[in-house]
Amino acid sequence: MDPRPVEQRELEALSRRERQRQLRGTFAGLAEIVVALVIGLFVGALVMDGAGYDWKLAYEGLLIGAFGDQWAIADTLASATPLILTGLVFGLSARAGYFNIGAQGQMIVGALAAVAVGAHVSAPPVMAVTLTFLAAALAGALWALPAALLKATRGVHEVISTIMFNWIAHYTALYMVFNVLNDPRSAERTVRVLPEARLGAIIPGADMTAAIFVAVGVALFMYWLLWHSPWGYEMRIAGLNPSALRYAGASPLWSVNLTFILAGIAAGIAGATQIIGRPPTYALYGDLSNVRNLGFDGIAVALIGRNHPLGIILAAIFIGAMGAGSRMMQIMAGVPLDMVRIVHGTVIIALAAPEVWSLLGKFLSRGRARREAASTAHSKTVQR
Amino acid sequence: MLVQSLILAAIHAMVPLTVTATGEILSERAGVVNIGLEGILLISAFTAVIGAEAGGPLAGLMVGLLTGALLGLIHGIIAVYFRGDQTVSGVGLNILALGVVAIGIVDRWGAAGFHRVDRAFRVQPLSTPLGAMSPMVIVTILLAALTWYLLQHTNLGLKIQACGENPAAADAAGVRVERVRMFGAIYAGALTGLAGAYLSVDWLATITENLPAGRGFIALATVVFSRLNPWLAVVGGLIFGFFDALGLIASTSQELTRIIPYQFIQMMPYVVTLLVVAGVIGRFRSPSASGQAYRRE
Repeated sequence: MDPRPVEQRELEALSRRERQRQLRGTFAGLAEIVVALVIGLFVGALVMDGAGYDWKLAYEGLLIGAFGDQWAIADTLASATPLILTGLVFGLSARAGYFNIGAQGQMIVGALAAVAVGAHVSAPPVMAVTLTFLAAALAGALWALPAALLKATRGVHEVISTIMFNWIAHYTALYMVFNVLNDPRSAERTVRVLPEARLGAIIPGADMTAAIFVAVGVALFMYWLLWHSPWGYEMRIAGLNPSALRYAGASPLWSVNLTFILAGIAAGIAGATQIIGRPPTYALYGDLSNVRNLGFDGIAVALIGRNHPLGIILAAIFIGAMGAGSRMMQIMAGVPLDMVRIVHGTVIIALAAPEVWSLLGKFLSRGRARREAASTAHSKTVQR
Repeated sequence: MLVQSLILAAIHAMVPLTVTATGEILSERAGVVNIGLEGILLISAFTAVIGAEAGGPLAGLMVGLLTGALLGLIHGIIAVYFRGDQTVSGVGLNILALGVVAIGIVDRWGAAGFHRVDRAFRVQPLSTPLGAMSPMVIVTILLAALTWYLLQHTNLGLKIQACGENPAAADAAGVRVERVRMFGAIYAGALTGLAGAYLSVDWLATITENLPAGRGFIALATVVFSRLNPWLAVVGGLIFGFFDALGLIASTSQELTRIIPYQFIQMMPYVVTLLVVAGVIGRFRSPSASGQAYRRE
């Protein structure tokens, strides 16, 4: 006989059940992600097959290009670096209840700031790198802030405002690249950052630099912030139930500003990683190709990583692998690089409807129940 | 002369914004929000070119419309029957479109990123006192009128509004909420598809990897501006279209680009959209159940 009081036993049983339910929830979430990824790859194969490509060879190339040897793995991690950060932009904002798709613009502005500071401020190496990251983070945060203010004071939906700010950043960058930060020796890129502001390749011949540690560090910080600090608690409450936040006496204006500033910091740093943390260029290209679409890929990363900083790291490696591997896919099977975008889009659409699976389950079990009912009815008639 | 051509250009720039916004207005009234309009514009602009090159400009417009309807159907199924996250599904559409069209252009025409539509496959303009004008301008006004009439003066319009405001009450009154919402989603998709076709086989006469260039989102801003009234979507389309046209015209004018760099001129539609949405509109209440899945008790 258990000597402990009944209440305590009941409580323990309750918490055990709660833990089991949570665990089951996590597994269901993981299963959903895996199914969505399989659907994405399947649709990708269908499209390639329809367009006359050898999809098996393409996926083989994707795998070799992403994980074939140490250089491939390093390239995968290098591609994942900015995606961890742009994924955090969306993920963090989503946790606080905002649909911030402005990572692209905030990142571009961060990249511009990184070029401006990295190319012109001379300092000892560690100092120069730190200063460049700080400038980029500040620029990203400042670019993100107006969308937050417009949301809080004028009720402007952040989807519209952040997309408009993305386009404004795009054209501002085009202007800066050709008129302010231009390099007289090269028409196709900005000035290069000073050698002391550059992060070197960890494995010679591959793109990976210490920037990956910065990205992972920011992700871990955001994790701590969201789940172990009062600020993060407020942000998550704001996301789950905005009116509860007001009843608790916290200010929604503060919450939206804080969220967008933190997101902007991550985006700005993402821009800097592409400038000072990606050999061999260490400059922004005139067609902005070294920051192209990274902000939008971050949305995919965040959704696959379930808006959780640690999930985002894993998802960024997955999407980064597709980016790094797509070059080998192009070489081996002749498939255009943009193929991976079809896979991303399909994965996201599949993730949008998690109830498909429970609906499907219900449908199947209803069918089973009906069949069982029919068979028992049948056996009854036979007995009679 | 310049004023006249600017007005004409603004009217032409209005068409894709107003047509897209008109469809989305009906859909949002029924309770389905689609932020994947940009992606639908892009994909249908692409398929419309294929249609036009196979069967003439009218076939191109039809193919665009049907492509949009199909994408609207997919979004609708996710939003209505699977009770999925409408915003996420829309984002997925936008990303999918970038991949599909980039690959499609290479696959179809062998050239990366760009294909011009030959004059023979474009919609023929009408001659008016203002100058050559696309017949799609008239279609736009007709669509706005039709949608307005449908929403305000028909039984279906009443059902649509009920589904957006209070689906449970509509359900209790015998309205088939799912079907009405599906109609909204498909209607928005079809009109957006038509607008996409107009971009490629009529107005811009080209298909590129990012042809809509944010117009799907400016259309969303137009929806907000219109307060879900199709007539105001025409006004909003004209305002936003004017700055779009100004950018297009000004960036080809040498005197202007010497004073203002062309990058800043091209930035203008986006800045104006922000200012208008922030300044003129202020706060406005959308249908209470818009964007939310309906779950029967």
